[in-house]
Order: sequence, then C-alpha cells, then structure tokens
Amino acid sequence: MTDTILRFEDVHKAFFGVTVLEDVTLDVARGSVVGLVGENGAGKSTLMNILGGVVTLDGGQLLLDGEAYAPRDPRDADRAGIAFIHQELNLFTNLTIAENLFIGDFPQRGPIPLLDRGKIRKRAQEALAMVDLAVSPDVRLERLAPGERQLVEVAKALSMDARIIIFDEPTTSLTARETERLFGIINRLHQAGKTIIYISHILRDVMRIADAVAVLRDGQLVASGPVSDFSIHSMIAAMVGREIEQLYPDRTSQPGSEISLELRQLSKTGISYRIDLALHKGEVLGVFGLMGSGRSELARIIFGLDDFDDGEVLIDGKPVKKLSPTRNIGNGMAFVTENRREEGLMMEATVADNLSLAALPAYRTRLVNTVRSGSVATAVRDSVEALSIKVNDAFHREVKGLSGGNQQKVVLGKWLMTKPSILIIDEPTRGVDVGAKYEIYEIIDRIAAAGTAVLFISSELEELLGMCDRILVMGQGEILGAFDRTQFDEEVILRTAFREHVA
Amino acid sequence: MTALAQAPSAGGRMRALGRRVLMSEFLILYLCIVLFAGLWLVVPTIATPYNISSLLSNMWPLFVVAIGQTFVLIIAGIDLSQGAVISVTSVLGASFIAQSANPIVFEKSPLWGVLLFENGAILHGSPLGIPVAIAAMLVVGVLVGAFNGAAVAYARIPPFMVTLVTSMFLAAFAILLVKSENIIDLPNAFQAIGQEFGIGGDFEFFSVAMVMALVLGAVGHFVLSRTVFGRWLYAVGINPRNAAVSGVPVRKVVVLTYVFSGFCAAMASIIYTSRVDQGRPTLGEPFLLDIIAAAVIGGTSLAGGRGKILWTFYGVVFLTLLGNAMSLLNVPYFYVAIVKGSVILFAALIDVARRRILLQGT
Repeated sequence: MTDTILRFEDVHKAFFGVTVLEDVTLDVARGSVVGLVGENGAGKSTLMNILGGVVTLDGGQLLLDGEAYAPRDPRDADRAGIAFIHQELNLFTNLTIAENLFIGDFPQRGPIPLLDRGKIRKRAQEALAMVDLAVSPDVRLERLAPGERQLVEVAKALSMDARIIIFDEPTTSLTARETERLFGIINRLHQAGKTIIYISHILRDVMRIADAVAVLRDGQLVASGPVSDFSIHSMIAAMVGREIEQLYPDRTSQPGSEISLELRQLSKTGISYRIDLALHKGEVLGVFGLMGSGRSELARIIFGLDDFDDGEVLIDGKPVKKLSPTRNIGNGMAFVTENRREEGLMMEATVADNLSLAALPAYRTRLVNTVRSGSVATAVRDSVEALSIKVNDAFHREVKGLSGGNQQKVVLGKWLMTKPSILIIDEPTRGVDVGAKYEIYEIIDRIAAAGTAVLFISSELEELLGMCDRILVMGQGEILGAFDRTQFDEEVILRTAFREHVA
Repeated sequence: MTALAQAPSAGGRMRALGRRVLMSEFLILYLCIVLFAGLWLVVPTIATPYNISSLLSNMWPLFVVAIGQTFVLIIAGIDLSQGAVISVTSVLGASFIAQSANPIVFEKSPLWGVLLFENGAILHGSPLGIPVAIAAMLVVGVLVGAFNGAAVAYARIPPFMVTLVTSMFLAAFAILLVKSENIIDLPNAFQAIGQEFGIGGDFEFFSVAMVMALVLGAVGHFVLSRTVFGRWLYAVGINPRNAAVSGVPVRKVVVLTYVFSGFCAAMASIIYTSRVDQGRPTLGEPFLLDIIAAAVIGGTSLAGGRGKILWTFYGVVFLTLLGNAMSLLNVPYFYVAIVKGSVILFAALIDVARRRILLQGT
C-alpha cells in the first residue's frame, strides 16, 4: 500500500457539451514523478487545470491527503501547495525576478502595506539558489533566456512551499543544456520528497525522469503504472489507440529539376552571411540548426518580414527586387511561422475565418472586391476535410478551442488555400502530438508530390531525416553543410551543426 | 435527483432565456423598444410626430460619425479627433458660403480678407458655393484621417495619443480661425440638408441627412460584411502580426480606416452645421463621448476585432432616445451626463458578461 497524496476520482468534465474527461480515476503516490502523456486534446491540460483551480469539474472529486479538495480558483491551489508551471510561462517580463517571485504575496513590513525589500531579496536569493540560478533577483525577467525564465517559475513554486509541482511541456523552448539543468533540478526536488506531475510529448524524457506513467486518450485514462511497465513504443500505442509502425510516412515523390526559389549570397549583418540556396520544385529541403543558428531569421527574410542588406532572391528564376508578405503570396509563396499563437492564427476568430484569410484576394469579385463567400465556404469545407481538422462547425467554432495539432493544421490549411508553389514551414510540429505529427508529415509529402517546393526548418533533426530530400545545416547565420538523402547520418549532421570537425 | 436534472426547472428555463437575450445581438434593439414603450406611458409626447421627427434628426449625424468610429474600433484603434474634425470643418464650410459677415466680429479672424468679406463669404451666392464648401469639408476630414492613420501605421504612435493630439490641435485651430465667433447667415439651400420634410401627411421625417446616413450606413455594412477589405479590418483588429504574415497590407488598411473615420466626421459636420445653421468652432466638442458610447453600447469591442454597423445603429437609437426622453422630462444637464455615464458602464458590464459566457461555453 503506497502512500497516496492525490487521488482523482471519477473526474468528469465537458465543454460545449463535448466530454473532455470521462471517469478519470488516478492515484498519485507521495514523492513520485508521474509522467502524464497523451495526444493534444486527450484531456491532460483540463485535468491539470482542474487540479490547479482554473477549471471546475462537472462530476467526481479530488482527494488531497485523503480529504476532499475542491479549488475554486488558482489561489486555492496555491494554498493547498499545488504549483503549476505552465507551458506559456506566467511571468511578467517587465518586472524583476524578485517581483515575479512574490507577485501574489509580497512580504510586508508589519500591518502597513510597505514592501519589506530586505526580506524579499533574501528569500528570492534562497529560492534562486535552490534552482542553481546565479543571477541577481533584481534583474528584469526580459533579460533572461527562456530556460532561465523556466527556472524562475520553478523557484517561484518552491518559494511558495509547493508539495505538488506540475510541469506542462517545460522543455519546448529550452536548449539541450537548459533541459539537462531542469532535469537535474527535478531530480533534486524528487529527492526532497516533492511530488511531481510531468506532462510532455517528448516520451524519451518521460522515460528518463518519471517513475510512473499515466496515459490519457480521448478523455479517458487508458493506461497507468510504473514506468518499467512501459516502452516508448507502448506509450505511443496507448496514446493513439493503435500500433504506429512508423513515425514518418514514405515519401511518394522525387524532386524536380526546376528551381523554384534561389538565394544568392544573401546577407544581413549579424543574422546571415552569404547564403546560397536552391530549392527545387517538389523538393522537401530541410534546414537544420541549433537555437540561434539563424534558421528562422532566414525564413523571415525570405518571406519579406525582415529586410536584408545584400544578395539576391530569385523566384522561379526571376530576381525579386522587393520582398513583402503581400508580394510573396502573390508570387506563390507561403510561410508557416514557428509561433502559431502570435503570428499564425487569430485565436479569437473562427476556423473558417482563419483558413480563408491569406487566400481572400483570390476569392474576390473584380468589381468592388466582394468576397465570393460561397466559393470560400466550399474551399473551407474542402480544406477541413482534406486535412481532417477535427472541428464540428468550422464556421462558428473559434480556433482557440482546438488542440495544438488541429490548430497547426488550420495554419497549414490557410496556406494551402493559396495554392502555393513555395512553402516555408518553420517548426511545423512543435507542440503537436504524435498522431497529428504523422498527419502533418503526410500533408507535407502530399504537397511536395503535387510539385510544391518545401523549405522545412526544424530543430528536431529526426523529423528532417525522416522527411527531407536534402538537409542544409545552419550555424551562426551560415550554411555549414549540405547532405543528400543518401548521405544522411545523424551524428555527422549534428557534428556539423556544432562545428566540430568530422573525422 | 435525476428526474429533477432531466426536466429543466422554471428557474432554469428563465435563466436560459435570460442568457439567450443577453447573448443576442439585438439586445440593444430590444432595450430601445422597451425604453420607448416605457417612456410612452410616462411622457406620451415622445410619440408625437414632431418629437419623432426631432428624434430622427438627432440620430442621423450621430450615426454618420459613429460609422467611422466603428471602423476604427474594429481595427483596435480609437479616433478621439472626430469631434474636433466636426468643429474645424464646420467653420471652414461656413466660411465659403456665409451670406454676410460682420466686420466688427471677424476683423481679427485670419479668414478675414481671405475667405470672409464684408459682403459675405467668398463663394456666397455662387452656384458653386455649397458644392465647394462640402468638398472642402470632406477633403479636410480625409486629410486629418490620413495624418492620424499615417502616424499610427508608420510612426507607430498609439492611436489614443495621435488622435488626442490632433483633437487638441484642431479644436484650438477652429477657435483661432474665427476668434471664437460663430459664422452665421448660411444660405437656405445649405440649411435644407438637415431639414425634415414630409411627403404628404404631417409626418415630417424625410431629409437629405437621412439619405446621407442611410447610404453611408449601407456602404459601411456592405464593406464590413462582404468585402475583402472588411475581412482585413477584423483580421488586423484581432491579430495584426498574423494579418501581416498572412499578406494583409496592414499599414494601408490602418491608414484607409482612419481616412474613412475623418470622412465620416466631416459628413456629420455637414449635417450638424446645416442644422445649427452656422459655422461653430465648438460644434463637435460635446459629441465625442456620445460617438464612442454609441458604438460601444451597440456591442463593438474597444479591444478590436468585433463590431457591426447595425449594432452601432442600435446604439445610436438607444442613446438618442435616452437623451430625448431626458430633455422631455426636463432633467438637468448634469443628471443627463450621470445617466449617460451609467449607461456606458452598463454596456461595458454586458460586454464582460458576454465574454464570460462565451468562455464558459455552457
């Protein structure tokens, strides 16, 4: 009989009449690290939001230390010692570390609401020491790297004396080194007896740090038990409800010989240096690079969002004088940005409005620019079907209610509606679950087979190896190497990216 | 327990109905009808032909200017300069067509000897007078809008700041032009624009102003609901960065929106100037809050991305009705302001309640 700190009992929740959690019963042992996995939309976030007091449940109950626990707001959760470290960090970048740590509960001097600066400083330093962050508490958050901000959030949880700490996809924006550091700290917390719930799509990480695993699928708990009962393969099988034999679809086409997009000596001070690149019709060309290698910046320059100093861009063999998104779209270019929330979608607008936005000019009447709404509606329906976007009413449901994978399909669908001949995709599978990833890869293959040239930018080398005809390696704004499919070798490519000499 | 849960209780049904009414986009229209019916019982004079005609004549110019404001609010902007545009164009228009000008009053005006002369304004009596005056007013409105839009889109100054500054500048400039004096004695033909007339019977509610307002309203509605440009407006209001990436010419859209707003203000100025029958340098001053209130009461969001011309029309009707009722009841002006303030607060609360219900999704 293990000691249970937290029990979810028959937890039930529905949004808009759609059941998102159904009779979930799960015990969390005191001092354990539970890996919570499942596809996007499986109900992980909702379950954790119930625990964190963000959402109230419709049925069932939570037991904390054997007693009923029904948080009405996040403050209740704080008081119960439950800390939630969100995927999108809940920090104020314009405030200092210390101010962020105590924003909810500033230490005060006596009965008058005066801040006790000495105490704030001291406690902040203690909290930062616990997460090995050697910076002054007076530093503004905006000056920290994403990984360091994550640690500030952890320090905040520790300073509140949290007993249960929930990590929601903590490593998505971290570099490899920062991830290692975070795992070290999680280990230390584990040893100190804290209970940890770790949500991630990176199953390798879950295997590594969790000692128990719980798998959600379509709102139900489909598997749970000690981590030794699981393999990555069996976790994926449980998540998607079927065996997935391969992570990447077979490529069905060969690149053509015509060049769709060509860069000649493209340079921008401090960003990129003399980049030569030729993207062929029907080709999937990967661009791999570590963080800060300039891969995303290059894409932004090509699409006309940022300017460049020197060099030439040719589309279909014709030099293009001035680049702007509007002109580029007119020239058949499309760009799936790396951050769909900020630049890819209108979260508060319907799926249909999002899908049609970029293609609107193609659906206008000549006379007074009216939208041919019938044709747009047909195109929207086709697109929802072709990409199997899971939404029950594309014309009324807002994008923000969709899962990450479906949101990403909306972004792709928006660009496919413009019938692009050149598609640039930057981290198209970030924050997307296994099943939806496969679907996105299939879509990419389909697009390339139809003759579209695809520039596939990613920090996940594996997916580039699985999907690309050719891979370019970038580092510090330069192309460090190019590899054909026949030469693909994970180690060699990684070494190139790290600028180590290949023996 | 289960039986109870299955059959919705009377209270539950009432709540569901309440929610339906609250979420309805016709909420303000319903409120207008209720308000009108209620007032009719208290002050029957509200339904007299004379009063209805005065109600309508108050509505048209406010609607015209609020159409422009609605466009700006949709792109998450705000145009505080509309009131001042009304004032400055009022003075300008009048100084082309006034039939006389008193030298004692206007001697010190910078317009004296340029547009205004002892025997009337430069184009008084000329058949070109009124068209030129109207054109000049519209051109000024458009230019002010272009300035606002360019400052917002290219210099990236917050719209609140830009339009507040243009507002202060223009309001002062209007007073400077005529040294605080009203330009009176406008030609009858100009006065006729805001004048109600009947087509048989004694219901006199047709006017040129009405035609202007309805045409502009129809155009605004058409642009927002049917055109690519309309879709772009909402896209810019919801997420300008996404709009830019998706190929929306964001800057052009912003500039054109403010241009339209200035144009609408100038149109409203034509109607107001005609109704007061003088070029008045403080003409637009009292309207600014009414303009924004009308749009917001209708349901257009100050946060951008949400708004309709029809909603604004309901807001205008509601606000005009409220003002009219209070003047019929001889409510002192300070109470009028208090009541109006409360109504705007109420509208803001409805907006919040609506958003919360949408978020809960139940």
